[in-house]
This record gives sequence, structure tokens and C-alpha cells, in this order.
Amino acid sequence: MSAPEIYITADCVVRDNKVISNDSLLYAQEGAAVTEFLEGFYRHLAIDYPKFFKMDRLSKLGLLAAEVLTKNGRQRAYAPENTGIVLTNAQASLDADIRYYASVSNLPSPALFVYTLPNIVIGEISIRHGFKGENAFFVSEQFDPAMLGFYAGELLRNTSTQTCMAGWVDVIGEKYEAVMVLLEKEAAPGSKPFATEQLTKLYATDHGAINANA
Amino acid sequence: MQTLKEQIIRQLNLNDKKPEDIGNDDPLFVEGLGLDSIDALELIVLLQQEYKIKLANAEEGQTVFRSIRTMAQYITDRQAQDAAAN
Repeated sequence: MSAPEIYITADCVVRDNKVISNDSLLYAQEGAAVTEFLEGFYRHLAIDYPKFFKMDRLSKLGLLAAEVLTKNGRQRAYAPENTGIVLTNAQASLDADIRYYASVSNLPSPALFVYTLPNIVIGEISIRHGFKGENAFFVSEQFDPAMLGFYAGELLRNTSTQTCMAGWVDVIGEKYEAVMVLLEKEAAPGSKPFATEQLTKLYATDHGAINANA
Repeated sequence: MQTLKEQIIRQLNLNDKKPEDIGNDDPLFVEGLGLDSIDALELIVLLQQEYKIKLANAEEGQTVFRSIRTMAQYITDRQAQDAAAN
């Protein structure tokens, strides 16, 4: 049996006011609204990136999950051109669209308008980390691990992509969820072979018990 | 100028800044407060929303938005002009 060619070297799940990575609780803030929770986690990470506060909530969520992946994974430095990002969600940029639409009745906000596309979150992550590789954003009714796994796998197997962030990042109102993985071609301690089943398992994991053991 | 600083922080979501962090003569763009082109548009919106002032032309922005002091002076001048016209 040949060795797997792609590995999940880090994962990050953000939901229910918790941030979990590689089965460890990184942050929790019970009872906080979405924006408060995301900004609380930003401060917890001690990142100095003032642009964060100007972003829409989808970008904030994706950027923070990407931050966790870069800290917990990445076995070596990759060329910016060889780092890909594939994200999916159900609500596209509707959360920002609604806020922008509300501003139109007065004076349309340019700062809100620039976030009225779902793939802007990929742009924000790329700007933050200097990534210049392949990227794509897909909208589907629900988390589709087969499609996500297929597309990210194709990038890694058939293009110059050496590492890829992939996952689900969704925000609408007070509902939010991020489930992202970092894929690399080199195994690392604790890494898992990349397969659709791993994405399915990660998405379905009930992390509620982690809180008690943290 | 204190009020203007508070309005800018709110309008531009500069949540990590306090009014006292912004010097009256600090550049607003690039090396100073680090604002970008989208922020410039938001400053135009702020002038319209808070002071009912429309920039006469886009090139004015480079002078008006140089610092808090130049912005405050522009607002004061325009309000005086409007008062005189009425």
C-alpha cells in the first residue's frame, strides 16, 4: 500500500463560541455575540493587524481560522505562488450584503460594499500571509466534503500547489461556523491522511466535550 | 478636533485606536494612521453624513484629508461659507 500523498497537518473548527484546533480548545467566550467573540479571539491571538477591525464578519472568521492553521501546521516555508485556498459556504456574502443594503438608504458605505462578494475572505487571507497561489470559493447549500476534497486534492496533485487551506466558512446574523484544514504534501506529527471521510468526520465532530477537559 | 477623531474612529472601524492615539498633525494616510483608498471614500461619506459637506472635487481630498487639523479647518471654513451665504 503506497503512502498517502496529501496530509491534513492542522485543522480548525470555530463554532458555538469556541475555537478548536487539532482536538485542543484554543479559546472560548460563552455568551458573546459573533463580532464580540471574533474580536475577543483576535485579541487572544495577540495579532497586530489593525485592518482586521475593518473587515466584514466572514473575512474576520476566515482570517482567524487561517491564522490558527498557519501557527499549527505548515511544516516548512512555501513559495507564495504554491499556497492555495479553497473555501465554501452556504450564505455567500449575504451577511455583508444585508449590512450594505441597509446603508444604501442613507449613504452607501464603500467599506461595506467591498465585502459584498464571498471570495473577499480569500483575498484578505492572501493579503495577510502573502499567498499568491490557486484559489476558489464555492457556494453550496451545505458542507460538501466530497466536492471540497476533490477540488483541493486536484490542486495539490495536478498543479504547482504545495499546500492548501480548505474548508467551510459561513456567517449569517448570529450564526457562524468555520471548519478549515491545512493540507500539505509532507506528513507531520499528528497529521492525518487526507480523505473525504476525514473532512466529514471533522465537520460532524461534537466538540462540546472538549470544554470539560480543557 | 476631539469629536472629529471620535467620528473617524467610528466611521472607519478603527477599534484599536483611541482619539488620543491620533495626533492633530499626523498624516492620515500611509505612514501615519495607515488609512487606504476605501477609507478615503468613507471620509467623504463622513463629511456628508455628519457635516452635510460635499467635496467640490476629488483633488481637494489630498489637501483636506492630510491630517485631523486640515480636515477640521476645512469643515470650519465650509461651515463659515455656508453661514455667510445664508
